[in-house]
Amino acid sequence: MIRIGIDVGGTNTDAVVMDGNTVIAGVKAATSKDVMTGVVNALRKVLDAAGMEASAVDVVMIGTTHFTNAVVQRRDLAPTAAVRLCLPATASLPPMVDWPEDLRDVIGNHWFLAHGGNEFDGRVISPIDEAELVHIADQIRERGVNSVAVTAVFSPVSTDFERQAGEILAKALPDAHITLSSDIGRIGLLERENAAIMNACLRDLSRDVVAAFRGALADVGFTGRFYLTQNDGTLMDAEFAERFPVLTFASGPTNSMRGAAFLSGVQDAIVVDIGGTTSDVGSLQKGFPRQATVAVEVGGVRTNFRMPDVFSIGLGGGSLVVDGPDALTVGPQSVGYRIVTEALIFGGETLTTSDIIVADGAADLGDKSKVAGLSPDLIRKARDRIAFMLEDSVERARISADPLPVIVVGGGSILVEGPIAGLELIMPNHFAVANAVGAAIAQVSGEVDRVYSLAEIGRDEALNDAKARATEAAVAAGARRDTIEIVDVEDVPLAYLPGNATRVRVKAVGELHVG
Amino acid sequence: MTILRKIDVADMEDIAIGGAVLGTGGGGDPYVGKLMAQQAIRQYGPVNLMDVSELDDDALVVPVCMMGAPTVMTEKLPQGDELMNAFRALEKVMGRKIDAVLCGEAGGVNSTTPFVVAAASGLPLIDGDGMGRAFPELQMVTFTLSGVSATPMVLCDDKGNSLVLDTVSNAWTERLARAATIEMGGSALLAFYPMSGKVAKEAVVRGTLSLCAKVGETLRSARAAHADPVAALAELLGAQILFHGRIMDIERRTEGGFARGKATVSGVEEYRDQTLRLDFQNEFLIAERDGTVLATTPDLISLVEADSGDPVTTDSLKYGQRLITLAWPCNPLWRTPEGIKLVGPRYFKYDRDYVPLAGSA
Repeated sequence: MIRIGIDVGGTNTDAVVMDGNTVIAGVKAATSKDVMTGVVNALRKVLDAAGMEASAVDVVMIGTTHFTNAVVQRRDLAPTAAVRLCLPATASLPPMVDWPEDLRDVIGNHWFLAHGGNEFDGRVISPIDEAELVHIADQIRERGVNSVAVTAVFSPVSTDFERQAGEILAKALPDAHITLSSDIGRIGLLERENAAIMNACLRDLSRDVVAAFRGALADVGFTGRFYLTQNDGTLMDAEFAERFPVLTFASGPTNSMRGAAFLSGVQDAIVVDIGGTTSDVGSLQKGFPRQATVAVEVGGVRTNFRMPDVFSIGLGGGSLVVDGPDALTVGPQSVGYRIVTEALIFGGETLTTSDIIVADGAADLGDKSKVAGLSPDLIRKARDRIAFMLEDSVERARISADPLPVIVVGGGSILVEGPIAGLELIMPNHFAVANAVGAAIAQVSGEVDRVYSLAEIGRDEALNDAKARATEAAVAAGARRDTIEIVDVEDVPLAYLPGNATRVRVKAVGELHVG
Repeated sequence: MTILRKIDVADMEDIAIGGAVLGTGGGGDPYVGKLMAQQAIRQYGPVNLMDVSELDDDALVVPVCMMGAPTVMTEKLPQGDELMNAFRALEKVMGRKIDAVLCGEAGGVNSTTPFVVAAASGLPLIDGDGMGRAFPELQMVTFTLSGVSATPMVLCDDKGNSLVLDTVSNAWTERLARAATIEMGGSALLAFYPMSGKVAKEAVVRGTLSLCAKVGETLRSARAAHADPVAALAELLGAQILFHGRIMDIERRTEGGFARGKATVSGVEEYRDQTLRLDFQNEFLIAERDGTVLATTPDLISLVEADSGDPVTTDSLKYGQRLITLAWPCNPLWRTPEGIKLVGPRYFKYDRDYVPLAGSA
């Protein structure tokens, strides 16, 4: 099976062609403002390098940090209304209560509390008030808001209120994108509501981005299946991704860490992925990113997704170097994808980390003569600062005194001068495109979400049945049976239903079947 | 009156972490209570923490609490006025002003709820509580051991209902309040155990709110110094490390408003090939390794994330998590025959006796 993996970062769009488990070709192209041009360029380049036609490719997997970056940088976010069905309960803490103020401001801090929602035992807190929701819809329209997130108390147990309110709002606001929290999250009102609001504010962007991907693939003549990677390193099809962009959060770090493990053959390490704007640092355990077990914040917002425990620092190949009166600083500002015009070595006027590395003779990039005038003192100071930032982040990611190796991947890897924090340094082949490799090897999952009556069959039998069904779903989605693992098991008792009813969710993942 | 320390918005972060550790898996995630306390402190100003010995003997002290199933509290948040409604209503019942706020339970969400009332009322908050940890039932407080009646008590819900209880015993208060809480939708807020300053000095488990703050500070500074946060935490608490392993199974059921269940942990590293079984009823109550009981209630059993030391609640346990089990001795007030009768393993219907953990309390 021939797979193409693509990783769209803020600065570079990387692509690899893989034949089974072999990387045939890997390339980098600049990310374009319209996304599509960059993807088309990367696809053309990689097919060229592999000497292949698009028709020979079976499947394309795309990882994108586009949606995470949009939230982190507070850009391209649609004004969004949060509607919570809850009254009179929950009024103590309104939607977005714990959000950073700037993000709340960007999407308008539009929230409405309405009647509805369930008690824990399925009783109704208060019935839905259609007139109230229609009035809320009027206000949403008047404010020019077109994205709505609907969250009802205890919707993971009973989705009726959200569906009903969603229909009423859709009727009143026919063009609006409506996200229901029960489609995304679990028990935990604020975290699930946060995820739903972030999803809603990304819906305009996701429509454009998924259309751009589809257009780019059509442009190079690819007509097969295409997937996006989600936060747990598994795949979702394009239509699903367009409706649930929030599920791509943290897929970038997951892909680069999985790619780093694959390329280096090392299973336990610290991974530093240096991009154009940021470096992501995390630790790899048995080939998988270490999962954060506490609530993970995205752009300062608390969520309850299962996500890799990765943090970012503002250091990349395009980071600005400023020799200020007090001290020399590196980042967090970056020229990003504009590096190809704005960095000194490319004829621009902005001093970036890449200029420093080229001036120091450590990389051959752009026009070396443009940085010949930089003082050796400045170069040394900047390199020391970069080394300090890398060392500090690796130390932070270290959770034990064990001398784990450091795997450095990503296009900005030229910033690394030598061993970081005294640890063994690994730069695998194709290190610059590790995240595209990670996307290409992303796994397939199968999920079941069923209600069992434990009065009829025992809990063990119910769980085994759910695991078997999840395994079959993963196989049906294209997973290789012998690689399937059960990664998530959750059972939530539905106390209000007779017969000790329990909602069971099981997720199975496996490698994509390679023909 | 001497103020021990002023608690501001940032201090609540540490207290919430400490509350989760002392919560021994239960008492609810303090996150929601922390946000409510921070909101109140922003609005009314910092809270004055006071040692119990500073109280006049005839002062009136009242604890406040949230009651109900932890899962309910993370999903159905309070309406907002319930705590102050209960507090003011109890003043009316008592026919006099309350002089200080007390914490009923320093573990879980209730490590934070008294800050809401202390900030809003401007009254001092006593540095201590009635458990030194979390327990699932209302009569399980050292106040009961000192003969304090839980009633008159006021129970308020998110709909605006309030209920005044006057009962014959604290066990009856629990029974009636529990039934009311379930009817009220699984969570309610209450003001109860009104007591004099004189009684409080004997009945309060002292210093537990500042201990919560220290736990948060300890974890924070250990991480900053790249030291082992779990080791630092164990040292602060005088805790033993019982086990290190991955969650392999969690069985839950909700019965009578409690989250009951069992968790099975499969050992890693030096505990490889060993299995730890944990029984919980909101809180972790019994830890048993390969058939040997290692720790039982009322000694404290707390699970923390192995690398970060972050505490884990019973309702956030997930398949595959790698956790370290810590245990440390309870307050000596609990180790009396009356204490064991009130909160020992047999009370929770486990057929075993309390085996005190080694180490000083």
